[in-house]
Amino acid sequence: MDAFLDSGLGIFTIILLQCLAVTVFILVCLAFLMYADRKVWAAVQLRRGPNVVGPWGLMQSFADFLKYIVKEIVVPAGADKTLFFIAPMISFVLPVIVWAVIPWSDGWVISDMNVGILFIFAISSMHVYAIIIGGWASNSKYPFLGALRSAAQMISYEVSLGLIIVGVLISAGTLNLSRIVLAQEGDWGLLSWFWLPHLPMVVLFFISALAETNRPPFDLPEAEAELVAGYQVEYSSTPFLLFMVGELMSVFFMCALMAVLFFGGWLSPIPGLPDGAFWMFAKMTLIFFVISMVKAIVPRYRYDQLMRIGWKVFLPLSLGWVALVGLFAQYGWFWGAYQRWAIGG
Amino acid sequence: MGVPFDRAARYFLLADFLEGFRLGMKYFFKPKATLNYPHEKGPLSPRFRGEHALRRYANGEERCIACKLCEAICPAQAITIDAEPRADGSRRTTRYDIDMTKCIYCGFCQEACPVDAIVEGPNFEFSTETREELYYTKEKLLENGDRWESEIARNLELDAPYR
Repeated sequence: MDAFLDSGLGIFTIILLQCLAVTVFILVCLAFLMYADRKVWAAVQLRRGPNVVGPWGLMQSFADFLKYIVKEIVVPAGADKTLFFIAPMISFVLPVIVWAVIPWSDGWVISDMNVGILFIFAISSMHVYAIIIGGWASNSKYPFLGALRSAAQMISYEVSLGLIIVGVLISAGTLNLSRIVLAQEGDWGLLSWFWLPHLPMVVLFFISALAETNRPPFDLPEAEAELVAGYQVEYSSTPFLLFMVGELMSVFFMCALMAVLFFGGWLSPIPGLPDGAFWMFAKMTLIFFVISMVKAIVPRYRYDQLMRIGWKVFLPLSLGWVALVGLFAQYGWFWGAYQRWAIGG
Repeated sequence: MGVPFDRAARYFLLADFLEGFRLGMKYFFKPKATLNYPHEKGPLSPRFRGEHALRRYANGEERCIACKLCEAICPAQAITIDAEPRADGSRRTTRYDIDMTKCIYCGFCQEACPVDAIVEGPNFEFSTETREELYYTKEKLLENGDRWESEIARNLELDAPYR
């Protein structure tokens, strides 16, 4: 048995099983997050939300899943058929891939690579292609407008998202996500995490993450009041499901990224309690709850407002913050809160 | 100076968002305003104008005397009546149809009826799978009358003081 596990095929099998475990776990989580999202939205609007399928409507997402699967796939006559079907696949696969570098607990990570953050950015910046291709291949007006919007939106906010993360990277001194979490370990529990020294950037990251994942209030690519459903207009059945799941998965991924970068990943918030994957999951769920609440309470931004915030507010703020953090880290100001390098110094 | 510091502070401290979040959480825990519809239903006024019904007298004789006032007043011209004398010499309808897809539920037929024969009952759940099923015949209307008689009678009684 040991010989098999050490062989190339054994390692391959283990990694394959790990990938399968993480993917299935994430997909099941998504089903319930979708439900939770709708419930939160409903509760704020004094509605009940889904409550028919299963106890308290818990099985609603699975019913929806079945419904999407058995529906007819409609391909517009003028559509580019190949690209029309490739787009939803890209949209689904890319958010799945990035989970490979998210550490659930100490050592609980499929690929503990040293350039984790770079990998995430390389993959997630390709996500915009799914939307552009989908919008273009539909050969229709609303999808095309939605795709154009999303292209500009996602690229704008990726810039500030990258700069925000640079501040954390300076403090942690590593691109490895597990090491970033370990750099936040301290005697003060949740007060030693990066959210405290990097507080303004937590807010900026949160808002940028909303814009990056096309979540309300920045869901302009699919603004139903203006563009019906944006780039998703011509999609139905399973391709639509893939778009939707991919979108929700990248939202959940942003929750994970935020938990890792600012909220100490798997570290326990109270000194003395054991660390573990539970904390990671709890933090992600909590952040997702806030994202759901934002959907319920904030009206949609106008497109020029979105661009103004992205380029005129977020970019200068995050750029300035990188410079500040560099200064703080170099001279060890604020009791070394900004120079918690995980490796060397 | 002219720099709106207050507004800038509110903007950068996300004051409006925090206030919105607080308000959202307040509503989050409030009791739900919506009804759990198929299981719970809202109250209906005695004057509610729902599905039509033709009523009978207590002895089982149908009330309608084929005066055709309802047919005449119907603004949507949804009602069609044919009539001829019955064997006992009384004037009765041989045909009383209401096209429910034309009906606008104004209640004029009920207002016009001198013998309280055609009424709009409290039932509003009579959707069908085909349009043909919504073409109500005399049999269907009389059957409705028999089924909803107790509710209809109570509603007419409750509404009577205001007529």
